[in-house]
Parts: sequence; C-alpha cells; structure tokens
Amino acid sequence: MAEPQAGPPGTVTFTLDGRRVTGREGELVISAAERAGVYIPRFCYHPRLAPVGMCRMCLVEVVGPRGATLQPACIATVEEGGEIVTDSPKVKKAQDGILEFLLINHPLDCPVCDKGGECPLQDQTLAYGPGESRFVEEKRHFAKPIALSELVLLDRERCIQCGRCTRFAEEVAGEAQIDFAGRGERLEVAMFPTRPFTSYFSGNTVQICPVGALTATPYRFTARPWDLDQVESTCTTCAVGCRVAVQSSANRLTRLLGLDSEPVNHSWLCDKGRFAYEAVNGDEVRAGPAAADGRPVTLGSSHPRGAFAGEVIETASKVGRVTEPMVRAGDRHVRAGWSRALAEAARRLGEVRAAHGPEAIAVLGGGRLTNEGAYAWTKLAKAVLGTDSVDAQLGDGLPAELVLALPRATIDETCSAPVVVLIGGDVREELPVLFLRLRRAVLDGRTRIVEVSPRSTALTQYAAVSLRVRPGDVPAVARILAGQPGPLPSHPAGPACSPEQLAQARALVEAAGGEAGSSVVVAYGRSSLAEDPSFDAAAVSTLAVAWPGARFLPLLRRGNVHGALDMGMAPGILPGRTSLEGGRAWFVEHWGSVPRARGKAATEVLQSAAEGGPGSVRALVLVGCDPLQDFPDAALAARALAGAEVVVAVAGHPSPALDHADVVLPVAVAHERPGTTTNIEGRVTRLGQKLVPPGLAWPDWTIATALADELGYDLAIGSVTEIAEEIERVAPAYRGFSPGYLDQVSGHDGLVVPLGTADAPPVAPIDPMATPGIGQVEQQGAPPRAGLTETVERELLAALHPEPAGEGAPAPMRRPAVEPVALPPPDHYSLRLVSTRRLYDRSSAVVGSPSLEPLVPPARALANPSELARLGVQDGERVRVTSPRGQVVLEAGADAGVPKGVLVVEFNLAEPAGAPNAASALIDATVPVNDVRLETL
Amino acid sequence: MPLTDAPRIVTARLSYPDSYTIERFLETGGYQALRKALTMTPAEVAAEVDAASLLGRGGAGFPAGRKWSMLKPDPVTYLVVNGDESEPATFKDHLLIERDPNQILEGVIISAYALQVTQAFIYVRGEFALGLERMEQAVNDAYHHGALGRNIFSSGFSLDVVVHPGAGAYICGDETALLESLEGKRGFPRIKPPYYPAVIGLYGQPTVVNNVETMANIPWIVANGGKAFAALGGGRSCGTRMFALSGHVNRPGAYEVEMVKVTFRDLIYDPQLGAGVRGGRDLLAFIPGGASSPWFGPEHLDLPLGQDEVGQAGSMLGSGSVVVMDSTTCPVRAAWRITRFFARESCGQCTPCREGSGWLERILYRIENGGGREQDLDLLLDVCDNISPGVHWPPEQTTICPLGPSIPPSIASSLGRFRDDFLVHIKDGGCPHG
Ligand SMILES: Cc1cc2nc3c(=O)[nH]c(=O)nc-3n(C[C@H](O)[C@H](O)[C@H](O)COP(=O)(O)O)c2cc1C
Ligand code: SF4
Ligand code: SF4
Ligand code: SF4
Ligand code: FES
Repeated sequence: MAEPQAGPPGTVTFTLDGRRVTGREGELVISAAERAGVYIPRFCYHPRLAPVGMCRMCLVEVVGPRGATLQPACIATVEEGGEIVTDSPKVKKAQDGILEFLLINHPLDCPVCDKGGECPLQDQTLAYGPGESRFVEEKRHFAKPIALSELVLLDRERCIQCGRCTRFAEEVAGEAQIDFAGRGERLEVAMFPTRPFTSYFSGNTVQICPVGALTATPYRFTARPWDLDQVESTCTTCAVGCRVAVQSSANRLTRLLGLDSEPVNHSWLCDKGRFAYEAVNGDEVRAGPAAADGRPVTLGSSHPRGAFAGEVIETASKVGRVTEPMVRAGDRHVRAGWSRALAEAARRLGEVRAAHGPEAIAVLGGGRLTNEGAYAWTKLAKAVLGTDSVDAQLGDGLPAELVLALPRATIDETCSAPVVVLIGGDVREELPVLFLRLRRAVLDGRTRIVEVSPRSTALTQYAAVSLRVRPGDVPAVARILAGQPGPLPSHPAGPACSPEQLAQARALVEAAGGEAGSSVVVAYGRSSLAEDPSFDAAAVSTLAVAWPGARFLPLLRRGNVHGALDMGMAPGILPGRTSLEGGRAWFVEHWGSVPRARGKAATEVLQSAAEGGPGSVRALVLVGCDPLQDFPDAALAARALAGAEVVVAVAGHPSPALDHADVVLPVAVAHERPGTTTNIEGRVTRLGQKLVPPGLAWPDWTIATALADELGYDLAIGSVTEIAEEIERVAPAYRGFSPGYLDQVSGHDGLVVPLGTADAPPVAPIDPMATPGIGQVEQQGAPPRAGLTETVERELLAALHPEPAGEGAPAPMRRPAVEPVALPPPDHYSLRLVSTRRLYDRSSAVVGSPSLEPLVPPARALANPSELARLGVQDGERVRVTSPRGQVVLEAGADAGVPKGVLVVEFNLAEPAGAPNAASALIDATVPVNDVRLETL
Repeated sequence: MPLTDAPRIVTARLSYPDSYTIERFLETGGYQALRKALTMTPAEVAAEVDAASLLGRGGAGFPAGRKWSMLKPDPVTYLVVNGDESEPATFKDHLLIERDPNQILEGVIISAYALQVTQAFIYVRGEFALGLERMEQAVNDAYHHGALGRNIFSSGFSLDVVVHPGAGAYICGDETALLESLEGKRGFPRIKPPYYPAVIGLYGQPTVVNNVETMANIPWIVANGGKAFAALGGGRSCGTRMFALSGHVNRPGAYEVEMVKVTFRDLIYDPQLGAGVRGGRDLLAFIPGGASSPWFGPEHLDLPLGQDEVGQAGSMLGSGSVVVMDSTTCPVRAAWRITRFFARESCGQCTPCREGSGWLERILYRIENGGGREQDLDLLLDVCDNISPGVHWPPEQTTICPLGPSIPPSIASSLGRFRDDFLVHIKDGGCPHG
C-alpha cells in the first residue's frame, strides 16, 4: 500500500527532523513536536497562556518558500507538508546564543534563590547552553527585591522578561495590575503606583515564573527543592477542588502548586487555597512554655478567639491547632487521652439517647471531612446513634434534597453551555478558580451569562445580562426567566432590575434552546446569608420544572460539602444521593437500622437546642464546625450551645465553640490524612496525605469508628480503602467507582459520579517548564504522572462503567417541591440586609495563616450612594446598624453595585472593636428577611 | 529640481515662508487633486497609484499600490500614516509635516477615498511639537474647508482624521508597534504572523500603514497621472525621493532628487546639494540609508540612488538618510553611537535584541575608551551573529521585528572596513582620534 499523503481530517503531516509526524491542524510547532517526542526548549511559552514569542528560546528552522528561516516554535503552526528542523547547527547556535544572552545580566545568585534546584533557566542552561559566559561587563542592577503585594516579591535582576506573570494577570485573572515598564535592558515588571497588586490569584505568577524573580512570602527561604517531598492532592479550601501538588519538608507543609487538571483548574489556584496551608502548620512549636515542661497553658483572653482554656500551644499562627483529646473539668479542659475522652463522649451521648431518644442528638458539620470520614460519621449518626438530625451545612447552604436531586452539570459543561443562569453570590469570592473558568468561557465566546445576584460581582462585567435582586425577589425573577410573566415584589424604590433587562435575559434563554432549556446550565448558590434559603431554592426549583433539559451546577462552597451531602450528611437523605424513605430498606439491609423519621436541619437543630423543652435537641456533636462562626445567626448559635446538655467537638483548630465542649477530640485536617473528596460537579478525586497529624490528632473516620465501638457497635470499616469499597457497594451514586482507579495514572483528575459514559480527558504529563517545581520534586520519588496512551486510558475507563444496580437498590431521588416562605413587605425606614461572602474572612484557614490574615478586611456597611445620600451618611463615616437581633458600628461604604433599599454587611468579617462577625450579630436566621436601620453616630 | 529636470513633487511649496498655511496651500493648487480624485471611482484612483509604481518611503520600500491591493475587504478598515520618524539623522518627514501638512493630509484623504476607508490616523512623533500643531491645524482647516468630515466636497464620501502624538519611542515607528501604541498599549512590535496589517491591523481590522512622504506623493500622482510619475526615475524606483543628508558635508539638508538619475556622488558633492565634504577632507565612509544600513565607502559613490541598485550593492536606501563621515571620524565611536541608540530604543521584548544590544554597546564603549581586548573583535561579530545569523545582507533575524537585526550592520561595516582602527584602539589603550 502506498504511503498515505495526508492524515485523517483535522490533522496535518509534516517532517520533523527528517521524520514524518502528524499534528493537529493549526497546532503550534512546540506542542506538536512535544507530542512527537521532541522537546523544544522554552521560557515564555506556557500552555495556558497566549504565546508571545518573546524569549526566542524555541527558535527552530522552518523550511518555507524562501528557504529555511529561524522561527519561534511557540508561534509557528504546523503546515501540511511542512518541514521543521530542531537540531541543526544553526538552531543549536541560536539556542546557545539566547541562553548566553539571558545569563549576561542574570545575577546568578542561585545559592540564595528559591528557584535554585528547580529552575528552568538553570536546567536549560545545563541542557542547551554554552559552557561559559563571555560577558565581562558590569551587570544590570536593580534594588532587590521589591514587594508587589503582601504575598509576592519581585527581584528584577533575576527577571528574564518572559511576560508570563503579566500575561497571567491580564489574560487569566483579568486584572492587569502588573505590567512591563521601561524598555530595552531596563524593561521591568512593575505595578501601578495607584493600583496595588491585590489579585486573589497573585500566587500563580510565582508558580509560573521560570526564574526566581517572583517569590511568595510564605515560601521564601523556607526550603530547598531537593529537601521537598510531594504528593498529589486536591485543595479543599473551597469546593472547586483544584488539583494540587502538596510539598513538605520535615513534616511541615512548605508549598502548594497547582496541577494542570483539564476538567478543573487548568493549573491555577487562588491565593487562599495556595497559602492557607499555613493554618495546617499551626501546631508547630516555635517557642513557649508548653514546649519546655509540657504543662498545659491557658491562652485565656490574649487569644484572639476568646477564652478557650484548652491545651493549645502558642505558635507563630494566631490560631494554632487542637492536638490532644480533652474533657471538661469544671470550667476548664484537661488532657484526657483518647480512651478516656471517647468513653466520656460515648457515656454522655448514650445518656441523652437513653433518656430522650435518638432525636435528642444532632450532628452538625462535615463539610471539612474526607468522603470516607463523612460516610463513617453518617453511619455513626444514622445507624448507631439513630438520629437523622445531621447537617453538613450550617444554615448557610441550600436544601440537600434539592441539590442532590437536580441533574448535575460539570464545570466543562457549564463553561460551554450557550447560556449559564447564575443565581447566587460572587463566584470570585466563593469559588475563585471557577470564576477564572467562567470568565474565560465568556471571553472565548462559548458562554453567555445571565447573572441574578443581590449586588454586582466580579462576573457582572462579563455577564450578558446582570439582574439585581433584593432579598426575597429571586423566585419572582426565576418565574419570569422561566416564561411565567408576573410582577416583581413591590418596593418603594422601584424594582432592582428593569423590565428591559428581564426581557433581554428571557430572550437569551429562549434563543438558547427554548422551553426545554437543554442548552442552559443553572449555576446556583446561596445569594445572601441574611435571607431564608427557601428563596434561592424555590427559584432553582422553578427553573428545574420549567426547563426539563437544563442541568445544574451547585455553588455550595465549603471544602467537601458536596462529598458530605453525597455521603448522607443532611436530614432526610442517605449515602449515594438517596432519600431516607427511598433508601430505607436497602440501608437497613446493609447497616442494620436507619432513623425512624426525617430529622432537623441545622437551623431547626439550633433553635430546638436553644429553646429546650420536651423533644428538644440536648446533645450537639460538632464535627469540624463551629456554629458561632459558621452559622449566620450568632445569637441563636450561642443560645443553642449554652442550652445543650452535652457538646462533643471534633476539632482541628481551636474556635469559640470549644469553650462549650464537654469533650474535645483532635482531628487530622487537610493534607494529614488520605481519602477522597467530591467537588461541586461531583468529581471525586484523591486526597494525598503529606503530614503525620500533630500530637494525638486522628483521621476523621477513625474517630467515628472508635466512638461507635464505645457505643457497642462495630461500623465494620477498618481502613480508608474498606470505606471506599463499602461506599461503592452501598451508595448508589458511587456505584462502579472503584477506589483503585484514582491510583491509576489516568485517575489523577478524578471522575464525576454517578459514572456515566463520560470520558476522562487524558491527563497531561507535567511540563517542568510550565510549572517549575512539580516535575523536579516528582523525580525524587513521588508517583509518576506520565501521560497515558489513549488506548490504555479507554480500557481503564471501560472497566469503570457501573454494573446495573443490584436487587432492591434505591431509586434515584425525586426533586422536592420547594415553596418560598412568605415575604414581608418592606418599609420606608429600613434597609433590607444582604450578607455575601468574601474570600478572605475570619475563618480558621485564613486567620490561622499569618500571610493571609492581614488581608482580611473589616466589615463595612455598604449601600447604594443614593441611599447613603438620602440618609445623610458620608462614604467612610461611622454608622450604627441595628437589627432586632443586635447592633454593630461600622464604616459606611458607597457601592453603586448595591441596589437601593439594601444594606450589605459581608459575612464573617469583624466589627472594628466589636463582634468578630458583624453580619451574624445582626442576622436572625428564623425570619424570611432581615430589616435593619442605619444611623450616624 | 537640481541636476535633472524632474519637477519637485513633495517639496514644491516649501520655498514659501507660509507654506504650511491653508491659504498658501489653496493658492498653490491645494485640494485640486482631491477634487479630481472624487470625480473618479476609488478603483481608478488606486489604479493610478499602482501605475505610478510608488515605493513606500518609510524604509522597507514596499510598493504602495500592492500594499493597497492587499487590504482585506471588511466593513471596518483603517488608514494609518506613519509620521514617527525617529531614526538618527532622518529628518525628511519632519520637514514635510512642519512645512506642508496640508499636502500630506490631501494625500491621506485621496488614499482613504481610494481605499474606501472612513477613519484615518496620522501618528506624529511626539517631539515634533510644531509639526503636531501644524498637522492639527491642517486637519481643522480641512474640516472647515469641507475637505474632511461628512460628505467631502458633496461627493458623498466621508472621512475623519485623528492626529495622534507619539510618546517618545523610536520603536513606535515600526508599523505594528505603532498600531499597538495607537490602541493605547505599550509600543511592542507585534509577533508575525499575521505579517501584514492589511490583513489584521488596528483594533484587529485590516489597516493600510503608509509613510508621511508616501502620502505626500499621492496628490501629484492623481493630478498628473501615475504614468507621469513612473516616467521619472528608473527601474523599480520611480519618481523623486527626499534624502536627509547630514554629517561632514558642507550643505547638510533634506533634498528632493529624482531617483536613479542621481548618484551618491551627486548628492554629496553637487554644489546645489551636499557641496562636498567638510574642509575638503577625504571621504572615509557614508551611511546610505539610515542607522540600520551597512556602510558604503568611496568606491560606492557612483551608485545611483535606486532601491534595487543600492540593494544589490549590499545596503539599502532605507529611511532616506545619508550620513557622511570624513577622514577625522573614529569608526569605533561611530559604531558605538549607533549601537547605543539601538540599545536605548530596543523595546526589550526579544532576548537577543534586549540583551545583545546592551552587550555590544558596552564592548564598543570599552574598546573606544581603552579597555579593549583582541578577542573582543570576534566576540562582537559573534554576538551580532546571535542577533542576525550569518550577519549578511539582507539580514536574517532571531527577533520579532527588524530593530534587532538593525544593530549588526554598523558594527560589521565598521569592523570590516576599519579593523586596523579597532586594533589601534586596543593596542594604544584608547582612541587615536582623541
Ligand atoms: C524599528 C523601525 C522603525 C521604523 N520607523 C519608521 C518611521 O519612523 N517612519 C516610517 O514611515 N516607517 C518606519 N518604519 C517602517 C514601518 O514599519 C513601515 O514599513 C512603514 O511605515 C510603511 O510605510 P511605507 O510603505 O509607506 O513605507 C520603521 C520600521 C522599523 C522596524
Ligand atoms: S517576573 Fe518572572 S514571570 Fe514575570 S516576566 Fe520576569 S521572569 Fe517572567
Ligand atoms: S479555588 Fe477553591 S479549590 Fe481552588 S485553590 Fe482556591 S480554594 Fe482551593
Ligand atoms: S527586535 Fe528589539 S525592538 Fe524589535 S521587538 Fe524585539 S526587542 Fe523589540
Ligand atoms: S519565544 Fe517561544 S518559548 Fe519564548
């Protein structure tokens, strides 16, 4: 047979160093060559950034009509019949020349450079460079380093002007806060004098800088690459689930680098996810009396979190860690050791159950657990303790039954849906890397966004239509989007969005597939923590009914909250997206028993514990959560903790609720235990363990099994693998998900449950020039991540499809009917409170990370400028905000993105000299909306 | 016109002290060519320009007619005029802008009509304060006169023109850097492909970029016909061209001469033109086409001023600036000064140009000031080779734009012709010229 002249459609055949190879049409020579096994050296090229051809390191000879010319392989595309030469003397000379040029002004202070040992400039000089420099002149000098931000320092002498950082800032983050200044040899990266580098994504510039010009303050000088160990894992700081390489040295986390996961994070991380590892290191003993004689120390009131009389060792971190089991002795905690603490917890819980029945016990939290931990805790709560009052969400989420029943969209599907209806808060504040993905999707013309939010957000400028809503308005807006015209709730200041905007939004939806909504993805979260969740839920429900073809992406943000819900940590459900009733028979068969009736959600639990009386909740088990911080209504949470007879806290970090705990059980946190996690789209990925947990802390699941043991029940799960296997067996949505798959090379990016016919995209091998630091460390013993051939990949996937559900397996959940609570009319004297989230808030992860803590802003009272004018309040003036719940004194801020008639107080930010969480001091979680008054002092 | 009987095409009006005013312009035939053009079809106007075989006067010498025909059809296209003239010793556009802005503008309006462009930009070097003022005045006058704006001279054709000042960077003369600068970005030359702004130019739209002098020729071509223009000069180099003559001549200045019919000897020695080398000294060498062109010696004096003739001899007419060096010139110092210019003006994008220019400048400075080593001579050439492989003419490049490969020619020329001078610098530990 004759040699085919051209490859299959969409491919081109060309000659590469004398070999005939095939590339994709329009593909860059640099990547086509790489896939054909020829690595072309590079600096400025980054697979996730638009090529600029600046460094000229990738020059190759391209044979064209006018003979061979040197062209950058990161700009030239492969042509049918073309000829590329990468190894000629001319190419070699050019590469030598470029490296020599790059080094003439380079300080070569490798011994004191963070990049030393993992530096593309070092590595490529070794591989391609000339032996020695012929440069005898004085080098260029700059003051070094200069701070670009609180987190990023710049050494301009080391900069090779590749423009990766500046391109990232503009192209990916959409914040051109750094750019080049000067020209020629004096070309330098600079920031604007009037515009600080405040990007939430600044750490990525450090990650992709091919030299040591950009360094991150938390990592700087803490380690040398050859001393680092690494595992692959997933960031669980929020629920996007970015893939990360976690690096440590001497049982101390030193650095997180973003792995390039095609379906999720495209190698990017947000700064919170990247740097919050400092809070995990919180237990490190740097100084203090406890280290010397081992006596307990009392942090007392000097501790920023209040008077927790626990055994926390003072550290560089302001939060520290809980490292020992403790029981209450009078008004203080004493070390107890595990057996005593567990026995005490079992005894107290057993007494409550015996006296008042299982409904008197409630388990709150779970969003910070692994899937395996969440499963073990659900089994403990629902099969052993017998209570269904379990809730991983602390009144800050949405009804689990709705979230689990809606057909799920993946992030990729969302970013390619012609229309995305976005209901909720600010994605950049809540799920930062999802913001990057959505922004890119809009800019690439793949997606149009219809935003429905209580205030303008970082995505507003990218939305095709952005609809402002006041508290309680969202169901009416959803009805209009669904094609059921009706009035918006009336307001003295008029509707927050115009009829034209609504019509425009409706037209977009109609254009994108009409009534079935089959090309619409609804991404939905919690719009505001100061209104009843039934408003958002009813809106989403309306759209689900109207658009049977639409798919849904839940934007619940806390770490592994999606895994916790999948594992049954909510009232009315059981593991594997099963309802309590639908799964009753199946789980009785597997577990022995399940709760008699649907239990209480967090708000009802706290209300019940606060009020007391017959049938009330008397024992609270807090699993990695603190209602005083996480629950929107601080007063209710405080009354509940005070009212509960028994409080058992499973905690990684000290927090105010521990003051109320009768038993404190120390738990391993992120990077300290293996397992899996599930992100917003239902993608299950592997969590790597990098550290030995501090002190006596245990992994989450072992605490559940040990407590069950004490209660006389064998959970019958003895390892993470055994739990994963049991999940696969009994949790319908996880059917066929054999945990071993994630250990395969192609399992690095995880898989979406329930398994369908979806393909896992091929996992890219690590390019040490794209993300310096991961590859080099990998070569020291971490599991390899070479790309798989596509056939092996497909075979592995084929083996993964779920077998048909077993006999008696529960049916999929049905979408519950959700009705919003009645909306009281607004009055002329009040403003309606909205509370949205900020990335840097007073959560343990942020406050426990010395580098992030200074970035937390104070709470402010934000209102529309005209509203402030009406009230005679100046921007920046101190004002008193009063609600029936309480009052706070804040600085007023004019914000044109806030609708008239609304006051925004962001959640979990401190009142200057006052409440640690100003918003939760105002919010009453038991009313539909919260009206507040604003007055000058 | 000195030496030949060719008419003055672009400098005809310059002898009037008030040549830049709209009154003088109208009195001397201003806007007559535009009125004529508007009676023709756009294609007819373009055909005249094509027939004229007008080579671009900005440096690359690309035929204007061909460039126009490459403009990709699109509802939005632009015409951009390059008046950034910033190369050392280049001052012909400067003169035209200050002394006859209306003529340039008339060329712009005619060209825009031929191209059916409704928005044009004139990018003027920022340091030309007077030129900018006069160019802006010309634009205002044209609006008043009905030659710009809606429905020009009741022809139905409309055009707006914006005069944009540069901000002090030579690199913004490169057409793609100029477009970036016009868009409000850093003046970084664009990466190729796309090779031609006529395909993707300003704001991503097809754009014709032409030099100021190129534009100044258009009214005459339309008034007199492309054939009349093509009859002047010789070979591919038609019409007249302005040469900025400077250096060690008795009469430095910008002269318009007929192409090909006039030689370098004429330009430098003719009493009406350069009037000979300063003080009657010997000619050491001359730069025939701007700082980036390889140098010529006395043996090249009889070369005609034609694009191909000069090209075949190993250099170029380039930006039209001719710099004469007499026997007192230090060639090392001359090469250093030119290299320093490029080092300062490199935009800094490409490694070879950013780093190489500064390195070469430092080596030359060291030699000139007595710190030279013999191995520096090979080093100079090898560094040049890493910027422009082979260091031959026309140059190859490892860079994005032609500025990088503009650095080696003066060094290679100086070193090639005057190696002994370099060696004397090295041996004597300094410059023999003092
Ligand atoms: C570094 C550099 C500087 C340049 N400076 C100028 C200039 O000042 N004026 C100019 O007209 N062309 C300049 N050019 C050439 C322009 O890129 C472009 O070729 C020219 O404006 C096209 O006009 P023309 O076809 O009418 O000659 C420069 C080119 C380079 C690479
Ligand atoms: S700081 Fe780093 S990433 Fe930014 S341009 Fe310089 S070398 Fe490139
Ligand atoms: S976006 Fe979320 S998952 Fe990703 S790095 Fe940030 S906190 Fe971690
Ligand atoms: S060759 Fe020089 S001036 Fe041109 S783009 Fe490169 S660095 Fe800039
Ligand atoms: S020019 Fe291609 S990698 Fe820098």
